Amino acid sequence: MSIRARLIILLATLVLGGIYFVRSPFVDSGGVFLSAAVTTLELVAASTVVSLVIAFTAGIGRLSPWLPVRWLCIGYVEIFRGTSALVQLFWLFYVLPLFGPRIDPFAAGVLGVSLNIGAYAAIVVEASIRAVPQAQHEAAIAINLSPFDRMRRIILPQAIRIMIPPFGNLAIQLFKLTALVSFIGISDLTYTAYQLNQTTYLTVEVFTIILFIYFAIGLSISIGMKLLENQYSRGIRLGDAR
Amino acid sequence: MIWDWAYTIEILPQMAAASLVTLQATIFGFALAAVLGLVWAIVGLLNIRGLSFLVALVVEFIRTTPMLIQLFAMYYFLPVLGIYLPAMLCGVLTLGIHYSAYCAEVYRSGFGQVDRGQWEAARVINLTTSQTLKRVILPQAIPPIILPLGNYLVTMFKETPVLLAITVIELVATARIIGNDTFKYTEPMTLAGVFFLILSLVAAKLTRVLSEKAALPGRHGQA
Repeated sequence: MSIRARLIILLATLVLGGIYFVRSPFVDSGGVFLSAAVTTLELVAASTVVSLVIAFTAGIGRLSPWLPVRWLCIGYVEIFRGTSALVQLFWLFYVLPLFGPRIDPFAAGVLGVSLNIGAYAAIVVEASIRAVPQAQHEAAIAINLSPFDRMRRIILPQAIRIMIPPFGNLAIQLFKLTALVSFIGISDLTYTAYQLNQTTYLTVEVFTIILFIYFAIGLSISIGMKLLENQYSRGIRLGDAR
Repeated sequence: MIWDWAYTIEILPQMAAASLVTLQATIFGFALAAVLGLVWAIVGLLNIRGLSFLVALVVEFIRTTPMLIQLFAMYYFLPVLGIYLPAMLCGVLTLGIHYSAYCAEVYRSGFGQVDRGQWEAARVINLTTSQTLKRVILPQAIPPIILPLGNYLVTMFKETPVLLAITVIELVATARIIGNDTFKYTEPMTLAGVFFLILSLVAAKLTRVLSEKAALPGRHGQA
């Protein structure tokens, strides 16, 4: 779908959702939904930052000339892509405290989501760096740049442009993954929906409102990522970056 | 001692039995996703005014909202409509519908890869539509999408634990129940992880082999 179509749908979602909300029995308790939405957004924001750090570290690590570093990064990616996100989350929440200090649910949630998405994103980072033409690496060596400068000034600026579209999909994936943290008791949108359903029995109203909110946030993220993609591909002919 | 092998052996049969539930949910869910996805893709391909837009909207909605909340919605909405389904069936339905939105995209790309000239050439040699589909189009459209479809199978497999939210006792739910009973989470949770790792590696390998077997000459099964 085009950005314009998505924008129109977002607008329609907001209008319809707003009308539905105002006419629902929850008109006076909008604060509950708002604070739940804020929690979800905080989770998304924190996890995005952490998973980006993990992805770049592990992605570049997979290209490291040192064998142990490469193995470590490959192992991390294989384990976190090969097991279920929920297993990872439960493992962090239930098992990790047995080895070290207890981490609070929010931190465990952010870490769980980030480690999972970070593994997928690490592959994207690695592939994108590999996709930068070999001549660029060689030219950077020829003008005597240090390995660090080579990466920072020559390779990454080109690789990031290639990363943006797959990162767009991963951003949605990350956003959807945050719903799972409700299992470890963080009062995000999903947890709140579950709780409200248990206490009010207004099943249809609760889940309809929550679905409207999720759809609106998800659409905003996908529109944002598409805009970013357009921004980064400006002035580049299709296929040039490959 | 942090890791107790005797305990691990003791819970192994229970975990193995639970992994069958996970496998069941995955396989039935995938079958549904593969069929529904094809329906979405064909509706999109035919470009029916109104209907195609509606399907695109639904697919977009399914893809941008978390499966967990869709699962809750299915589980709680259907009884309101007077439909009472067992938790497992409800879970399989949600899994299938959720991933059909992704499969639709895969089919679309598969059909898109078949050259228009193939349709025209088939007409020139006087094949019927069903012959064209069966002997010309599908043999070219299917092999390149085996790999991406297989990837979604593996992804679905790893998403089945979400079904524990609606009381389906699969692998992770079993691990959590065992942990809750004994206060020893390390072994069951780790075992659950190992089960997932092994099964998804096997599934990924099978997909790759199948995809290479089915590959058209000179294309190596890559999508």
